[in-house]
Amino acid sequence: MDFYLGVDIGSVSSNFVLMDSQGKIHEKVYLRTEGNPVRAISTGYSILKKDMTQNQQIKGVGTTGSGRLLAAVMLGADVVKNEITAHAVAASNLYPEVRTIIEIGGQDSKMILLKHGIVNDFAMNTVCAAGTGSFLDQQAARLGVPIEQFGDRALDSSGPVRIAGRCGVFAESDMIHKQQMGYPLEDIIMGLCEALARNYLNNVGKGKKIEEPLVFQGGVAANLGIKKAFEKILGMQVMVPEHYDVMGAIGAAYLAGETIEHNRQATSFRGDDFVLQGKFSSISRECSGCANMCEVVCIRRDGEALAYWGDRCKKWENSLQPSSKKAAGDTMAI
Amino acid sequence: MKITFPHMGNMHIAVKALFKELKIETIPPPPVSQRTLELGVKYSPEFACLPLKVNVGNFIEAMEIGADTILMAGGWGPCRFGYYAQIERDILNDLGFSFDMIILEAPESRVTDLLNQLRLIGENVSIWQMVKAVNYTWHKLKAIDYWEKCYERYLGPALDKQAVNDLYNQGLQQIDEADTKQKVTRTLQELETQIKQIPQHNKPVLNIGLIGEVYTILEPATNYNIIRQLGELNVTISRSIYMSDWVNDHLLKGMVIKSNHKHIVNCAEPYLNYWVGGHGQETIGYAVDFARQKYDGLIQIGPLTCMPEIVAQSILGKVSIEQGIPCMTLYFDEHSGTAGISTRLEAFVDMLGRKQVGQQIISEGGF
Repeated sequence: MDFYLGVDIGSVSSNFVLMDSQGKIHEKVYLRTEGNPVRAISTGYSILKKDMTQNQQIKGVGTTGSGRLLAAVMLGADVVKNEITAHAVAASNLYPEVRTIIEIGGQDSKMILLKHGIVNDFAMNTVCAAGTGSFLDQQAARLGVPIEQFGDRALDSSGPVRIAGRCGVFAESDMIHKQQMGYPLEDIIMGLCEALARNYLNNVGKGKKIEEPLVFQGGVAANLGIKKAFEKILGMQVMVPEHYDVMGAIGAAYLAGETIEHNRQATSFRGDDFVLQGKFSSISRECSGCANMCEVVCIRRDGEALAYWGDRCKKWENSLQPSSKKAAGDTMAI
Repeated sequence: MKITFPHMGNMHIAVKALFKELKIETIPPPPVSQRTLELGVKYSPEFACLPLKVNVGNFIEAMEIGADTILMAGGWGPCRFGYYAQIERDILNDLGFSFDMIILEAPESRVTDLLNQLRLIGENVSIWQMVKAVNYTWHKLKAIDYWEKCYERYLGPALDKQAVNDLYNQGLQQIDEADTKQKVTRTLQELETQIKQIPQHNKPVLNIGLIGEVYTILEPATNYNIIRQLGELNVTISRSIYMSDWVNDHLLKGMVIKSNHKHIVNCAEPYLNYWVGGHGQETIGYAVDFARQKYDGLIQIGPLTCMPEIVAQSILGKVSIEQGIPCMTLYFDEHSGTAGISTRLEAFVDMLGRKQVGQQIISEGGF
């Protein structure tokens, strides 16, 4: 049996899915990136690999997320796509009629508007990460409620308190104030959920026309409190897909499938030995080649350079192309 | 007198040429680097916009290598830029630098005012030499603009992006070295022939209009080299502003050539009928103008907290719907991760491409 591997390396979580040619998800892995995407990629792949039998093969690989280039280098990807496209593809395959996608992840939140299955407009949070997963994590820890129970606790609320949602810092001080005043925890949590939903609609939605059907995905969609808050504020039904937490990876797998089938090409997947046997490491140095002083990152496998990035002049990046490999040498002698 | 000035894209090439003709030594600041920004951020007010921070960094680095006089543009109106020269002088004075500062203000009405201002700087030469110098500089400025336009036009369709990038940088150097008007013209002709010969691919190419605040449009170090990034995504760019437009409108108040400024201001109607400072009105005007010319999309850029662009941004949504052109806004500040910007650009280009050709394109991975 053949599978497509979809990988989404985000700031907070790293997700992996194995999808068959019919679009059925056979396996999914949701890991915390914990600031070490290299480790997350090899761990994630080895977990997937454990459940695969001899005659199951990977026919194509797609990567997305902020770590998509790294994942592409380590695994050998057939398609490398941004998160907007990946999320839109995943949602519109599940819900062909979808018009609005709300996606809230670890550090990014996005709104994608579609027409006839094609992205028509999108927005991403700009300079503020209030309302994203990292902020919720932080607040859950501060309130002493495990993040997994955060949403359920919110649903117990009978009358949410008003919390300022304009800014993460204000929201936090508002919450502390409400706690000191003695409001029940449930009402504060639900208040926070509503504040974050308002913050999202004001900052990301910014007057965009939100229409049904509406899909809510990304790690934060696990939080039933936020889902309820969106339903209350928008007055619409909010759908959360079964695999809401790995939709980016599903989109990447779909895109890999399309690329492979359309171009009738063999996968660039590097194979188990490459991913699991090698020792990957990354180093970064300031290049002294010119006054730009770019910070160049080098990804290595067993000491051999696989990829460079961060150089504005692309001297290092291009040095790995076969034609110029000799010129710049293999090592990073910056 | 060893004169320095802030960086703004390739302006240094023209400014250097001007002062060479005026027989004055110049020390351009080192190219904008991470260190420039670090210095600027350290010594500037936190809420100031990115251009001020880069300017301060430029001046400090230029004075470290021997500059003793700073030439800076003034300004007027609601945009904070008009006050930056004064602020920068105070900051550098507080840091203990000793220097002179010459602030070029746009003349109120007469050409003689402008000449008098230049006269103060060009004390080593006759009026005739000065007029000649200005003429030559203007010619060079136009040549740089033209070369930049070639780059923006040919990078998107090029098969080998690196070849275009290399030729572009080489070309800038050649224009810099050309020391007469004739040589500049000849160099430019040769360069254009060369860039046209670079092989092109046959994938679809999108046209995007780049609009917004002048400094972030002109200085690649503050916009993550957005033009190159888009070019590498097979996009050709037209900008709302080029260096010579800015010099003509801002410093010379339209005295050198008649610009299309009136046309653009008319285009902004009825969306924005007032001058809101900076280039807010022009941003809207060009958005409409590009939409009428059937561009595929618009990207508005500016430094974070830029008031004129915020005004324009709030109106762009309506322009986008009524004129039927997708639009995305990006603000830049001190932030070294390029992933966020690349993701947004790639997603925007993806969206435009799929709109153009339909669902087909995603499977080809063409963008």
